[in-house]
Amino acid sequence: MDERKPPSLEDLDARLRTARERVHPAPKAGEAGSGPSLSGIGFAFRVGIELVSALAVGVGIGWLLDRWLGTRPWLMVVFFFLGAAAGVLNVWRTVSGIGLGPGYRPTAENDEDDVDGPEGRR
Amino acid sequence: MASPLEQFEIHRLAPLKIGGIDAAFTNSSLYMAIAVVGVTLFLTLGMRKAAIIPGRWQSMAEVLYDFISGMVRDNAGRDARAYFPFVFTLFMFILFANLIGLIPGAFAVTSHVIVTFALAGVVFVGVTLIALFKHGLKFFSYFLPPDTPLYMAPLLVPIEVISYLARPITLSLRLFANMMAGHTMLHVFAGFVIVLGIFGIAPMAVIVALYVLELLVALLQAYVFAILTCLYLHDALHLH
Repeated sequence: MDERKPPSLEDLDARLRTARERVHPAPKAGEAGSGPSLSGIGFAFRVGIELVSALAVGVGIGWLLDRWLGTRPWLMVVFFFLGAAAGVLNVWRTVSGIGLGPGYRPTAENDEDDVDGPEGRR
Repeated sequence: MASPLEQFEIHRLAPLKIGGIDAAFTNSSLYMAIAVVGVTLFLTLGMRKAAIIPGRWQSMAEVLYDFISGMVRDNAGRDARAYFPFVFTLFMFILFANLIGLIPGAFAVTSHVIVTFALAGVVFVGVTLIALFKHGLKFFSYFLPPDTPLYMAPLLVPIEVISYLARPITLSLRLFANMMAGHTMLHVFAGFVIVLGIFGIAPMAVIVALYVLELLVALLQAYVFAILTCLYLHDALHLH
């Protein structure tokens, strides 16, 4: 500590800022990429669950509506196909890199920039 | 040989009935309580000194806090700051439940679909209520993508609704399936070790590798659960 002169605060601040700028976008880029490339099995697992759960919800809704309205098989058939469509939609959203969640649209990435702004000002 | 699924059995430790509902304190409740106490001790004892230069323990607590704080900021937006405590609690609970479940002989709480579904249900209902309070009836425009021709609405709206309703199922199923598959696999390989005698060393090596993988899965699934909660929050706050 004695022989090593502590760096000046401005120097440290500048270095911190460059380091932060270097590190901060990195997880963002890596995150989008690490989704699919995480591991083959994990990804397949995710897609499978995505597909099946939407289908299950569709069939479940159809079954309940059928029981309520007394239209035995028909609504379940209709909602089976709707559920399958929703499942494929969810899978497509997962695969096309809209993130892990089946949101409707990619979150605007440009609002991340002003997120960094105030933080970078130290 | 014991079935690989026996480890998921629920035992009543202290029977209790409240108005005909079986509310016994089970081994599942016990390990949930352990997870909660563990998180509390880990964070409060770690931050007890609150030194400027953190020690190892304080660093762990701070890194986790920082990690989730950054996750909420980046994925849910700045105005989601108010929901950080919820996401952090959720993440820590799942993380500890997963990790404690990996201790040999312990019970893995998150390998029961009802537990993960309850967690996902809270997230789903909460996020939907937030969206409804924030946007009122405009929330329902969420189910019709913009610029859709009106004659497509009868087809697209049910699909979007189903896609939305599938969220808690996916969320809970993913955590549950990962945990259960991992624990079952470990048990199956452990069974091989006993049966094969001296050659059991090979499955033993596999178990060691699998165990490391399970540690990764435990971390990863807690992370995925938290990040999906953040993304749903983002949707609720900004509606696309």
